[in-house]
Amino acid sequence: MKKSYQSLEDNSTINMKQVIYRKLTSKIIRLGFIVLLTFSTSLKAQEGDPAKGKSLFNTNCAACHNLDKQMTGPALRNVEARLADDHGLDREWLKSWIRNSAGLIKSGDSYANQIFAEFNNTPMTAFATLSDQDIADILAYTAQEKVEPKVDVATTGGGATQASGSGISNEIILGALALLFALLAMALILVRQTLNKFAEAKGVDVTGGETRLPLWKAFVKNQFLVLVTAIFLLLASAYFVYGYLMQVGVDQGYQPVQPIHFSHKIHAGDNGIDCKYCHSSARVSKTSGIPSLNVCMNCHKSIYEYNGETTVEHSKEFYDGEIQKLYAAAGWSDADQKYTGESQPVKWVRIHNLPDFAYFNHSQHVSVGGIQCQTCHGPVEEMEVMYQHAPLTMGWCINCHRETEVKVQDNEYYAKIHEQLSKKYGVEKLTAAQMGGLECGKCHY
Amino acid sequence: MSSNKKYWKSVEELNENSSIVETLKQNEFVEEIPTDEFLGDKASLESSSTTRRDFLKYVGFSTAAASLAACEGPVIKSIPYVVQPEEIIPGVANYYATTIADGYDFASVLVKTREGRPIKIENNALAAVNGSANARVNASVLGLYDSLRVQGPLKGDAAITWNEFDAQTNQKLNEVKASGKQIVLLTQTFASPSTSALIAEFAAKFGNVKHVQYDAVSESAALDAYQAKYGERGLANYDFSKASTIVSIGADFLGDWQGGGFDSGYAKGRVPNHGKMSRHIQFESNMSLTGANADKRVPLTPTQQKQALAKLYTLLVGGSVSVDLPEAVAQAVANAAAQIKSAGANAVVVTGLQDVNAQTVVLEINSHLKSKAYDPKTTIKTRQGNDKAVAALVADMKAGKVGAIIMSGVNPMYTLPNAADFAEGLKQTDLSIAFSLKKDETSALAQYIAAAPHYLESWGDVEMKKGYYGLTQPTIRPLFDTRQFQEALLKWNGSATTYHDYIKQTWNTSVLGGASFSQALHDGVFTTNHSVVVETPEGAHHEDKTFVGGIIEDVAEGLGLKKEEEGTVETTTATSGAAAARALAGATSQGMELVFYSKTGMGDGQQANNPWLQEFPDPISRVSWDNYLTVSKADAESLNLKNVHVATGALDGSYADVTVNGTTLKNVPVLIQPGQAKGTVGLAFGYGRTEGLKEEMKTGVNAFTLYQDFNTVQNVTVAAAAGMHEFACIQLHNTLMGRGDIVKETTLEIFNTKDKSHWNAIPMVSLNHEETPVTSPDVDLWDEFDRSIGHHFNLSIDLNACTGCGACVIACHAENNVPVVGKEEVRRSRDMHWLRIDRYYSSEDSFEGDNEKKDNIAGLGSSLTGFGEMEHPADNPQVAFQPVMCQHCNHAPCETVCPVAATSHGRQGQNHMAYNRCVGTRYCANNCPYKVRRFNWFLYNGNDEFDYHMNDDLGRMVLNPDVVVRSRGVMEKCSMCIQMTQKTVLDAKRDGRVIKDGEFQTACSAACSSGAMVFGDINDKDSKVAHLKADNRMYHLLEHIGTKPNVIYQTKVRNTTEA
Repeated sequence: MKKSYQSLEDNSTINMKQVIYRKLTSKIIRLGFIVLLTFSTSLKAQEGDPAKGKSLFNTNCAACHNLDKQMTGPALRNVEARLADDHGLDREWLKSWIRNSAGLIKSGDSYANQIFAEFNNTPMTAFATLSDQDIADILAYTAQEKVEPKVDVATTGGGATQASGSGISNEIILGALALLFALLAMALILVRQTLNKFAEAKGVDVTGGETRLPLWKAFVKNQFLVLVTAIFLLLASAYFVYGYLMQVGVDQGYQPVQPIHFSHKIHAGDNGIDCKYCHSSARVSKTSGIPSLNVCMNCHKSIYEYNGETTVEHSKEFYDGEIQKLYAAAGWSDADQKYTGESQPVKWVRIHNLPDFAYFNHSQHVSVGGIQCQTCHGPVEEMEVMYQHAPLTMGWCINCHRETEVKVQDNEYYAKIHEQLSKKYGVEKLTAAQMGGLECGKCHY
Repeated sequence: MSSNKKYWKSVEELNENSSIVETLKQNEFVEEIPTDEFLGDKASLESSSTTRRDFLKYVGFSTAAASLAACEGPVIKSIPYVVQPEEIIPGVANYYATTIADGYDFASVLVKTREGRPIKIENNALAAVNGSANARVNASVLGLYDSLRVQGPLKGDAAITWNEFDAQTNQKLNEVKASGKQIVLLTQTFASPSTSALIAEFAAKFGNVKHVQYDAVSESAALDAYQAKYGERGLANYDFSKASTIVSIGADFLGDWQGGGFDSGYAKGRVPNHGKMSRHIQFESNMSLTGANADKRVPLTPTQQKQALAKLYTLLVGGSVSVDLPEAVAQAVANAAAQIKSAGANAVVVTGLQDVNAQTVVLEINSHLKSKAYDPKTTIKTRQGNDKAVAALVADMKAGKVGAIIMSGVNPMYTLPNAADFAEGLKQTDLSIAFSLKKDETSALAQYIAAAPHYLESWGDVEMKKGYYGLTQPTIRPLFDTRQFQEALLKWNGSATTYHDYIKQTWNTSVLGGASFSQALHDGVFTTNHSVVVETPEGAHHEDKTFVGGIIEDVAEGLGLKKEEEGTVETTTATSGAAAARALAGATSQGMELVFYSKTGMGDGQQANNPWLQEFPDPISRVSWDNYLTVSKADAESLNLKNVHVATGALDGSYADVTVNGTTLKNVPVLIQPGQAKGTVGLAFGYGRTEGLKEEMKTGVNAFTLYQDFNTVQNVTVAAAAGMHEFACIQLHNTLMGRGDIVKETTLEIFNTKDKSHWNAIPMVSLNHEETPVTSPDVDLWDEFDRSIGHHFNLSIDLNACTGCGACVIACHAENNVPVVGKEEVRRSRDMHWLRIDRYYSSEDSFEGDNEKKDNIAGLGSSLTGFGEMEHPADNPQVAFQPVMCQHCNHAPCETVCPVAATSHGRQGQNHMAYNRCVGTRYCANNCPYKVRRFNWFLYNGNDEFDYHMNDDLGRMVLNPDVVVRSRGVMEKCSMCIQMTQKTVLDAKRDGRVIKDGEFQTACSAACSSGAMVFGDINDKDSKVAHLKADNRMYHLLEHIGTKPNVIYQTKVRNTTEA
């Protein structure tokens, strides 16, 4: 597999603009939607507030239920109406089921027992604290009609045109500038021609300068200048060659194609998941750890489709397909809602490759130092595709050690050494370097 | 004048007209060279589209393409778990307590695992009584990753499944049962309550079952003597920390004597404490580790040892024998007796003579003394082998009486002197199964090889001593399709339970007495004051009322034990003790005596395919990769055996043919061993393996072939043979030549009575023509750095407590990914050990004598002769061990000469080595006064030239991921385990707490069970190492050169006070 590099400076600005535009439009549309929905449904469902119901549903029910899809529990769209129509059960039955399903089953209720058996005798958690109003809200939410997310396409289109528009505007500016220069050049030529004409008319000899040596000949004749230029060229080329060689093995911006298109932007950015929720070993271990698939499945057992913003390249179908890849890897059968046992470990391409001879410990920096992940890994929450943000060179490490103050507060370990060292250096705050963070053996063993 | 003779090569040439001769004259080669075949075929040459130029173009292009492709960085894949086990956090080590019980080594240990793979064996602090991890136990982790392990059950050479194995063996066992022939279980000593119960169940099911326990190196005589006296098959326990006078007659109790594990107790009593330390007198033939540590060592032949023991008995207990001992020896025995008498119950006598009489006499002496160090109640159970039963088995097999033999943990084809008889007997059996890790000498001949798991993949339990238990638990899922012996027994018994459940059941019913199994498993050890004896098939047990385990004598008294014991002692003393002494006194011998011993590194040879152990230098001879016949200098001269140093600095030795009772071992390399008793030769077990190991590991000769009647002493004839053997000996300069500042040594008397300046003087240098101590800042060329802030690590090594066991060397290997370089490279002094244990002899009777001689040298003439003499160790030299690793000098000579600043100093006192910066000039090694820097002459990993564990994927699993594997052309050295100190610091930072003394450890200090190595932070004024730094015995190695090392040594004190 080949590494794919992208020139960061070029793309990042454009991407960021895209992001901002996309966010804005999507927000407006979403707001409109919510207004529209609340307005329309408040007329229909008298007793419950579906907006409240949605938040209650997401908090309490979404782990096992989905509106349109059978998961651990049954699909719940129009559950009240369906129960009333098919089984003649009213809201009171539903209330007692929600508050204490086990009791209802025990009481010998026939439908309760039927549904209990249907779902592998998995008891439903009792929600005794839900008030009548809460249940009404939730049921109002479940009673909403399914809305096909047509707007997404519009958003995508809008985002794309705006994004391309910004690209074009740059070109227009450039084009305008070029035109300006061309016009200026034209004007100069015209002026010169006119002046020449005047000179001709007045009989002035304008070719008198031809007796002077051409510039390059004069340059060649001046040995000092040649020498200086040669030295300059040599130094310049040495500088560039050195610069090039120093880049060998530095993979800043390395952005390989991963087996599953995992978007940090969606997870860490849009959904605001803490980095250490998935990369939990960063707290205690030298490695941050690539999350095992069971960590993914904690959420993705119930999140089986993508409902966020999409682009042409990354459509909903695309993202849903990636979730299916995860299911295949974890051996999860979405239809049966259980693990098949046939898993396929994911072979991620490692992006941050520290050489073997350098020892780096995440917990030292994350837990002890309290350094933000973004300090080294860059704006991960904005990365649709993860790339290497920092150069990961020794100079880069050392520089940070020189500048970063050690977090010594409330740490019993540092109490004595901080007191002694701050007296020695006459400073209150100590950098990692002053603590000995520049010694070879601290990282190389 | 030249002659006109005509020379001819063949009669044909005499015939003048021969056409053949004429043709031959014209043709240089008789046979045509087939050049035409490839050049003459014009057609194919021309039809070929590749011209020479094209060919060169292709070569050029592919070279360029290859080098261009090399510029591309590799794509590294990262594969996380699908379901991450809860207890595993990548990058964080887990520790499990388990127990090794391979039949030779028994110890409860901690296993360090990383990402689910065991990488290091460490001491279990909770299990001090169950023996600490010696060099072999430390190295045993590598056996798990042995690439030659059997990977599944085999029938002959064909792989079969366990189901097939079960079906076939069950059928055959039932056939054998029906035929009425014996079914024999030939096993190692398991000392396992659960296994005993299983075997009993197996016997109940199959009827004519015999269980024969077999120890490769037999302790049968001691077991017999103990059994005769105490009615139970076992060994008496000794706690040498309680003895002020220790007399050993041929017992290498710091080695493998009676199962080993006595060294930490011994070391405790050796450190001068309030002016007192134990006195240790050793009578022995071979120079053993124990003899090297003794205060007084008397070299004796085994026959003389027997007589000395008889004499000692009469002097202590009473009675009379007439023995014929040289005057000096008789005096030494008398002195020892006097010393024992004055010490009374604080004295202890032990013997390693494989003679029931000798063992009986010793038990009697200790009982008579009421020795506090002697503990017959805490019976040691780790040796159970019965020589007679094994001999009877071989006879039965040959007679065709044995229908089936099932072997586990034994390798009789290698360890039996009459292996040929055994092989013949094996053919007569209807069924032979060998549970084995390898296709070794024995399993190769068995019908079925039942692939056995390594102990790190197995369940198990051990009763090491009465009342002291250990549990074995798997630390990794089985690497291969293996099944342990006990699981197979369960299958044969028709039980569906797993061995794990079986152990749990056994323990819950009969061991734990209500205690928690999980807790016992967590601890790895369990101590109780009652013992379990599982004899009956039902697994019933009874509490032993006669003997009370533990070491609490009061409890024993309460049970009326004392009385009974005294009674028996009286009678036995009257009969067997005196009789045994008389029998001993009558010992005679003809000619040379051969004394077998086991090496610290190789033991009984089970781990012969372990490169760490092969390269481990013997503590005494400093020879690696070999065993050899140790001969005294006098005998060597009379037998015309030589040791020479060749130009490369390597050691060569003569070969000798060794004959015992008609059996000859040919071409045994000879090593002249100072301190070897005249008239004796020594030979180590464990070498000369031929099957189940890599070609490089097939080293040495098999001493077991001469181990007749399981007697470690044999009458022998030694004859010089042709040729010289090449040794890989890592230390050629055997003596100190009076350089007292390397190993500082004094006697207890001087230590107690005189001032420190007398026996541990600080070297003086001249400053402005005035004697100034070298430690004075005035004579220092360097500015001192401020090291008072933060941690400042020091490592203290007590030369008194160090027994030279070498556990630290292997622990260092495992922790720091030290490569194995092989015999040839060791011979070229390219060994890579970061930590070596130097052994020094003295040329006079004592190191003091050496010093005196050096001081008295006057003038060139006497210096030439004097130093010449001092180069050669004496016949019975004093020995000192000195572990030397990088001294982490505060004023390091290596740092100033490095042209690329690859080695530099840290403020924590460690001398850092940045491998990636090193360009391999080796200036640092040249400038190091301690010679502790090691150069990577080759790439030792993934290189077929060095086919050791780092050359295969399996073996590389043992590597410590926190330490880099060095490459070719790089200098390396001890880092003072900076990865461990950094880890301790980080853990404390994360928890936000102050570090306690004892938390800082290095691999060597953690492995040191004798307490000789103490590591810590001297800026913590209350730490143990800070006190040791201020101790009077403290000195620095080569202090006069002013390197100010961070490794400190404690002067060796010998208790030379005669009674």
